[in-house]
This record gives sequence, C-alpha cells and structure tokens, in this order.
Amino acid sequence: MKLRFILPLVVFTALIVLFAIGLNLNPREVPSPLIDKPAPSFDLPQVQQAELRLTRDALTQHPVSLLNVWASWCVACRQEHPFLMELARSKEVPIYGLNYKDERDDAVAWLQRFGDPYLVSGFDHDGRVGIDWGVYGVPETFIVDAQGTIRYKHIGPLSPQVWKEKLEPVVRQLQGGVR
Amino acid sequence: MKYSLGVILLLFSLAVQASISAYEFNTPEQESRFNTLSQELRCLVCQNQNIADSNAGLAVDLRRQIHEMILAGKTDQEIIEFMTQRYGEFVLYRPPMRAGTLLLWIGPFALLILGGGIMAWFVRQRVGATQENPLSKAEQKHLADLLKDKK
Repeated sequence: MKLRFILPLVVFTALIVLFAIGLNLNPREVPSPLIDKPAPSFDLPQVQQAELRLTRDALTQHPVSLLNVWASWCVACRQEHPFLMELARSKEVPIYGLNYKDERDDAVAWLQRFGDPYLVSGFDHDGRVGIDWGVYGVPETFIVDAQGTIRYKHIGPLSPQVWKEKLEPVVRQLQGGVR
Repeated sequence: MKYSLGVILLLFSLAVQASISAYEFNTPEQESRFNTLSQELRCLVCQNQNIADSNAGLAVDLRRQIHEMILAGKTDQEIIEFMTQRYGEFVLYRPPMRAGTLLLWIGPFALLILGGGIMAWFVRQRVGATQENPLSKAEQKHLADLLKDKK
C-alpha cells in the first residue's frame, strides 16, 4: 500500500533529475570528431591579397596556433572580435583566420573597420574548407599544434572567460615544452 | 467534409512539391540515392531537420557535396563516411549500433516492456483485490433475491 504512494514520487524525482541534466546540456555543442586528428589540409587565397595563399603549413610553423573561423555576416564574430584584438596584441599565440562563405569586399571592409587580429585570413568563399574542418556555425576556433594536430575546438564566440577556462590551458600546455 | 479533404490533400501536394531537388543526375537511381542520403543526414545548423529539408547555408553546401560525390561515382558508404569524419555520428539519423548508442536503439523497447510490466502488475493486483473477499453462500442468496425483487 505504501509503495503506491512512494513509487510515483520516486519516478517523478527521477524524471526531474533527468530533465535537469538534459536542460543543462547544450545541444549546439556537437563534439568534433577531428579532435586529436591531423588538421585537414587546405590551400586558399588570402582575404586581403588574393594573389597570395594561406595553407595548412602556415599553422605548423608555430608550436601552437589558433585558426578562427569568421565571416562579416556573422553577428557573434563581432561579439568576440574585441577579445581577438586584445589577444593578438598580447602576442600570446598566433591567430589565423578562416573567412567562411563571405564576399571578399565585405570581409576586407570588416577588417578595416573593426581591426585585423589575424596574421593572415584564408578566403573560403564556397565553404569547402569549412566542410573539411567540420565547421557548422561561425565563429569557431581551433587550436592546432606544431605537428598539425587539432587539439581543441571551441564553438561560439570567444571571451576572456572562455579563453581563461578552456583555451588558455591547452595553449599553455602546448607552449610549455618550448618556452 | 469534401471541402476539408480537398484542403488536406492540397497541403500534402505542396509538401511533396517542396522537396524536389534542383540537382540533375545521369540516372534516376542516382537521384533516389541522393534523396535517401540527404534525408538520412542531419543538419547541424537546424538540428531537427535533415539536409534535404533545411535551407541553412551549410545544408545547401552539403547537398551540393553529396550531389558531386554521387556524380563522381562514390558509394553511399563513402559519402556517409565523409560526413561522419567531419561532423561525427551526430549527423546520422540511423547511427550504427555500438555500446554508446545502445540506449538509443533499445531504450524505447525497454521502456515499453517496463511500462507494460508495471501495468500488468497493477492490473493483477486489482484482480486479486476484488477476488479476495468472495461472497458467502448466504450473501449470494441474498443478492440473488434482491435482484429478483427488482424484476
């Protein structure tokens, strides 16, 4: 008899716990299968100087570098942009850009207006390199090591907090052996 | 009634119209493969739509990618591998059965069996409860008399 009253309560509590966990997960963050895999190779014209190229080899020149996927039409890119500028000024880590599905004029104008935190940005007009890198929402930021392995991927805008909590430890660890 | 049936049929015909693709194929078999593949792959931007239904930029690009790969003679398996290498098994509406996806595959059936079991248990208890105190001979006679009087 008692069980009849306790059982629904137990089931209800279990459901609440389940929903609480479910609601706190972020379905937008799909783990990338590319983590700890070799970065896909690419060979793109640069945004500002179409006659020059940006290739995967540029990333592996450094012990660790960032590849930030951005576009002039991307609102969240505006949001993270001041932080990227700050990070570029601090020279803590080289930042490369992947300009994703954008128009060249718009991209150049965007960099002129808000500042250019990138060493170089590759111009991925039709988004094919983006597909190879598993990009599905801009902005995204990849951490690539000297061997060309993708060590971390952040989806969504960067911020001082995200940097400190998630990316900086990975970057520091990779720089550790060199500095 | 006839009118509303007509409206419903009209709605369905529009839905079919909308899913016809703008891509050209060499054979009808290629086209049907394209349709199946783009319906089985999930769009990462609008996560509850497949690539065929979504008009997000990425879905358009991935449709183009599938189209190119089919024309290049790639098998369905190769195309699905291409997608999972980049976007993970998340894009598959029918993920392979592994330890990590076992719950997805058997979960609903397990819940059905569990629910059915609980229901059966409750029903049995009820039946037991009603049979626990059968009427005595005298009571049965009394009941029969009462029913007779009513007639």
